[in-house]
Amino acid sequence: MPSSALWAVDLFGRVHTLSTAGQHWEPCRNGQLEFKRVSAATQCCWGIACDNQVYVCVRASDVPIRHQEEAYENQRWNPVGGFCEKLLPSDRWPWSDVSGLQHRPLSGVALPSPHWEWESDWYVDENFGGEPTEKGGWTYAIDFPATYTRDQKWNSCVRRRRWIRYRRYKSCDAWAKIPSQEDPKQLPDPFNDISVGGWEVSDEPLGRLSVWAVSLQGKVWYREDVSHPSPEGSAWCPVDTPGEVAQISCGPHDLLWATLWEGQALVREGVSRNNPRGSSWCVVDPPTAENGIMHVSVGVSAVWAVTKDRKVWFRRGVNSHNPCGTSWIKMVGEMLMVDVGLNDQVWGIGCEDHAVYFRQGVTQSELSGKTWKAIVAVRECDRSHSGSSSSLLSAGCFFGDEVRGGGESCPASDTEASSDIERLGLHQLGPTEPLDSPRSPPSCGTTEGAGEVAGLATQTSGAKPHPGPPASPPAELPWTNIDLKEPKRAPSPATTGFPGTSSGFPALGILPLGLDEPYCADDHPLWAWVSGGACAVEAHTTLKWFSVQMGLSPSVQTLTLAITPAQTAAWRKQIFQQLTERTKRELENFRHYEQAVEQSVWVKTGALQWWCDWKPHKWVDVRVALEQFTGHDGARDSILFIYYVVQEEKKYIHVFLNEVTALVPVFNEAKHSFCLYTPERTRRRWPVRLAAATEQDMNDWLSLLNLSCCESRRVHGRPSPQAIWSVTCKGDIFVSEPSPDLEGPEHPLPCDQMFWRQMGGHLRVVEANARGVVWGIGYDHTAWVYTGGYGGGCFQGLASSTSNIYTQSDVKSVCIYENQRWNPVTGYTGRGLPTDRYMWSDALGLQECTKAGTKPPSLQWSWVSDWSVDFSAPGGTDQEGWQYASDFPGSYHGYKTMKDFVRRRCWARKCKLVTSGPWLEVAPIALGDVSIIPESPAGTLGDGHSIALWAVSDKGDVLCRLGVTELNPAGSSWLHVGTDQPFTSISIGACHQVWAVARDGSAFYRGSVSPSQPAGDCWYHIPSPPKQRLKQVSVGHTSVYALDENGNLWYRQGVMPSYPQGSSWEHVSNNVRSVSVGPLDQVWVIADKVQGSQGLSRGTVCHRTGVQPREPKGQGWDYGIGGGWDHISTRGNATRAPQRASQEPPTEPAHLREAVKGPVCC
Amino acid sequence: MTDDKDVLRDVWFGRIPTCFTLYQDEITEREAEPYYLLLPRVSYLTLVTDKVKKHFQKVMRQEDISEMWFEYEGTPLKWHYPIGLLFDLLASSSALPWNITVHFKSFPEKDLLHCPSKDAVEAHFMSCVKEADALKHKSQVINEMQKKDHKQLWMGLQNDRFDQFWAINRKLMEYPAEENGFRYIPFKIYQTTTERPFIQKLFRPLTADGQLHTLGDLLKEVCPSAIAPEGDMISNVKTFLFATKMLILHSKQHFLDGEKKNQVMIHGIEPMLETPLQWLSEHLSYPDNFLHISVVPQPTD
Repeated sequence: MPSSALWAVDLFGRVHTLSTAGQHWEPCRNGQLEFKRVSAATQCCWGIACDNQVYVCVRASDVPIRHQEEAYENQRWNPVGGFCEKLLPSDRWPWSDVSGLQHRPLSGVALPSPHWEWESDWYVDENFGGEPTEKGGWTYAIDFPATYTRDQKWNSCVRRRRWIRYRRYKSCDAWAKIPSQEDPKQLPDPFNDISVGGWEVSDEPLGRLSVWAVSLQGKVWYREDVSHPSPEGSAWCPVDTPGEVAQISCGPHDLLWATLWEGQALVREGVSRNNPRGSSWCVVDPPTAENGIMHVSVGVSAVWAVTKDRKVWFRRGVNSHNPCGTSWIKMVGEMLMVDVGLNDQVWGIGCEDHAVYFRQGVTQSELSGKTWKAIVAVRECDRSHSGSSSSLLSAGCFFGDEVRGGGESCPASDTEASSDIERLGLHQLGPTEPLDSPRSPPSCGTTEGAGEVAGLATQTSGAKPHPGPPASPPAELPWTNIDLKEPKRAPSPATTGFPGTSSGFPALGILPLGLDEPYCADDHPLWAWVSGGACAVEAHTTLKWFSVQMGLSPSVQTLTLAITPAQTAAWRKQIFQQLTERTKRELENFRHYEQAVEQSVWVKTGALQWWCDWKPHKWVDVRVALEQFTGHDGARDSILFIYYVVQEEKKYIHVFLNEVTALVPVFNEAKHSFCLYTPERTRRRWPVRLAAATEQDMNDWLSLLNLSCCESRRVHGRPSPQAIWSVTCKGDIFVSEPSPDLEGPEHPLPCDQMFWRQMGGHLRVVEANARGVVWGIGYDHTAWVYTGGYGGGCFQGLASSTSNIYTQSDVKSVCIYENQRWNPVTGYTGRGLPTDRYMWSDALGLQECTKAGTKPPSLQWSWVSDWSVDFSAPGGTDQEGWQYASDFPGSYHGYKTMKDFVRRRCWARKCKLVTSGPWLEVAPIALGDVSIIPESPAGTLGDGHSIALWAVSDKGDVLCRLGVTELNPAGSSWLHVGTDQPFTSISIGACHQVWAVARDGSAFYRGSVSPSQPAGDCWYHIPSPPKQRLKQVSVGHTSVYALDENGNLWYRQGVMPSYPQGSSWEHVSNNVRSVSVGPLDQVWVIADKVQGSQGLSRGTVCHRTGVQPREPKGQGWDYGIGGGWDHISTRGNATRAPQRASQEPPTEPAHLREAVKGPVCC
Repeated sequence: MTDDKDVLRDVWFGRIPTCFTLYQDEITEREAEPYYLLLPRVSYLTLVTDKVKKHFQKVMRQEDISEMWFEYEGTPLKWHYPIGLLFDLLASSSALPWNITVHFKSFPEKDLLHCPSKDAVEAHFMSCVKEADALKHKSQVINEMQKKDHKQLWMGLQNDRFDQFWAINRKLMEYPAEENGFRYIPFKIYQTTTERPFIQKLFRPLTADGQLHTLGDLLKEVCPSAIAPEGDMISNVKTFLFATKMLILHSKQHFLDGEKKNQVMIHGIEPMLETPLQWLSEHLSYPDNFLHISVVPQPTD
């Protein structure tokens, strides 16, 4: 199932999905169930079937939905039998929950529904706060309840241990029936409508959803406890309403609207994180009195409605603070229903043609969009001329007892029409203007885009609808780009002709099947319901839904990395070949001829600003000239001159571009600036910093300078598999080609001389291996795989490869703090002491940061959400997100005590960046860490074998990627590796040594991992260094390094083939932010602080010197590029200094050398 | 793997070894040595022949020098056609170097335009670029550029600076992501066998259903004679006449052995007819942004 898809139900009740990347409706595996309505969220879809029962279809994932059940076994000591089950009468149950209050025998813990299964039997948890107990998991205390310790003391009178067992949700990608509420005292009241939303209200628990349903009697129900670990929820809970509700719509955030049978709308107020159900209802009148509201759909800040006359209305002024909005605006088009999905995008079902329409041009600034555009994608079953109706026959049915008859006539009529569909679709799509909708919405095509004036309904409070065709044109609206309708339109004949419009509404989506005869003559699928809650369409998304393409089966669309058909095509090969031949033919024998045009010096000049080298440092205006000339050997070289004026004296500095080691864009202070490093500037920690007036200007300069640097160093095209990759704190990606002597034993190349070239894209983590597989993780935890291209981002034209560049986006949060001080009169207020920090500040309290004044991190970013309280702050928060402390700055905790006089809370706002680069998303699982096995480029095990890749999901699940090869670096699927707690970091070294760090700060070693057993068999718990919590681990050939939260780097001593877990941690260094150990056991880190002669840099690339087989811990650090670097991966560089082996005889006996080199080698 | 960007480089740095010989009837003070030069395929004759002029002027009297023009095997060479096109069209089957005759007298007024200075070349070049962008982007891209960008295009061509030229020209080669191609493909098809100087029509890069048009599609549509297969020959009168002409001009054996009759050339190579036109336009256009396609009879040897 695609990660982002539109869901729809056709007139025959069959559910289909349409991927945002695809062109065909694909049938959903729903057995023989027929559905009336569906409501989709990203992770699942809820629906009401024709049996009026509610079903949920949870999207299958490589990471199973598991839930840990726990029970405690309690024992008391007595002098006779020692510890035994016999407790005192006042004691807790022998088997209990963690509090001891609930009786919980292991046999009494049952599966919550038939859709779950047990993963294994009960077992004892031996891990106690990151330490192994090694005593059957028992922890000891003086009495119940008390503090438990690992060790038994003289006064330990009681003990307990934890038993755990996992259950797993087994009904993924299938419709799982939700039991209806059984109240024997009342008549059965089947469900009629359902709506899912609320995923933006709160992050806790993970994947929480608000599921609302409406029964035929007009009652509203709320499903309790729906979340990722509990996809079915627990119970239906009635919510009182002032009238009988016909339909309901729940937005992603706090909007919830419903329609009453009488035609008014109900708006829920008070929906919040602490009260997702809301508190009260408020009534909104329909736009016109004679035509009540029939259907309503809400998004984050948009409300759309359809009235009984099928007219579509947009509600103005809706937001969190005013969920009712201000007034209705009539939109062009007549729809049966509309649905607001992600990003407030809108879909509808056309009134006449039953086609699915997409509202084009919906943006945050223009929520009403521009035009309706019909989706002409065909169904899979329509395409297959064999006529086998796949939706009915192919999918296995999981619900034997729910199988229903009926619908036999559908496939027949469907296939009759199917043969004509592609041809007809083609005709319709003839050579019209590409932007025009080929099938414009009923009765609106003519007015679309004309100078429209609104038939704007009045304020709801006034409840004064437009009286028919008004005599005078209504007031002109300030906006003209909305396709509002002429008020004087005659009623559309289509409307009057539609059966059953005048008397109430025929229940939507259950149009009588008898109607299908006239419709089946039509050439496209007929739809009854659409839901966009799982469909992510953004401004840059290119949809292929609006044209029918033939000949391509959906499987062809799946991208094979690195090799696109265009690149392997014969015509392309032939052009390359012929050009080479032509050059040979026309130049080979004539090289001695004179050139017609003499190569000259090319000079590009411009005006930039320069951050001057002397104090006081400030931006000064400079003239800049780049002189490019061609040497006699044909090599290109360039000099950059920076001309400045000091005390009316003209001066300049110049930089040879063949000495430049990095060009780093720096976006901040609303300035488009970049830094230029040379080895000397790197040592000073003081780069040449230049700023351009516009982003375009800066990009032009950066592209040109980069091209010049690359040309002078003859660096071109795709980086080698050996390349060292790194990421800056701005998310920029840099790559460096290692010279063979970089890891040379005697005189390694100083790492400040390494040349770093930027790659397009935005990442937080990048990991490589020597066979050219490179993966990255974005700030929003999206996983990306390197496509083999280069350039993208600000590098366009020649600096970028033509193919393998894709759009990439990233999302991160900006945090500001609201600070308050307590005073005896008014309690906590925003008025602090004169010495206090700003009442709105950054985390440290040093800078004032107001909601209005805080801007996205740079001009590349734009806000995508409003400010909201962040409840996930470390240390916990209270219900309103506050953290308390005795004074600023202090240690904050999530509850108030007598000593607390100040409090703060974090407000976060999401911002988004859209760029491009040689990266493709690896959907759908978000990652926290990733590691690829370091290998020698030759591939000791022969080519074609798959490459081991391990990852930790953002939720802490450990995953192993299957099917990763050079040709398919994205791999095929994830294999979930069970753990008893969430993990944070993972690393796989040579010979499949897998090490990981758990969230409690301890390390784990995975046993028996091999190519034939890629996931290994079990975890070995390895305690962290004393009083330290580990946060990262990196495994090279034999070396295992770990990093703790205080920046200490540790080396694992005693790792042997016979005992791969090693014996102890040895301290290597402090001041380390992240570490990468390579296939030669080379150690590279990002150092926290490095002092240069002119400045201090934070986040600097450092290389461990003196690392020898006999001395794997090395001796010191060599400082390279920085600051602002966040992450490095040296795991691709397996090139040893080549001449060593041949030139110098080994200084030690060969057998010893071998032994030291590879003690763990398999 | 070779990147498409390398094609741009190969196209730009294409050179034709040329031997310039003074026309025998020109009056000289002493014997004029032939002059050998590597001509850039993508440039224009009058733009790159300063050295030629200087060379022959040395042996001529001042009063005999008027506007220089060139001729190959009796055909005057149009300076406003790119050099590569002239070569492909007229001389692709002859041996290298290309022998061009230099004239200073009797300017063929009916065949050639005068070229008083390089400004004329610039004006012609820029008008071609603008025409191409009118086809590709309704002139939106070229109109958004500044004067200095236009200048940079021209200077890049004049000074043979690939980077300088492409830093600007890439913008002319872009198109909106949602459209998969230009509005129309700027192209001109030249044939030596017809009177018509060239064929130019509106042609979209994509079919109505979104498939890519190929070079073959284009030729089929606007110049079917170029690729007419054997069987269709007789039915197509025009082609038949052409074939007859070829029979007379060339040895029979060629026509009868079933080989194809024409070469479709761009930049001295023959792209396969399956090549997508959009790709060709982006990669094999001349600096004036046009695809100059030569349809020439297959050489007989």
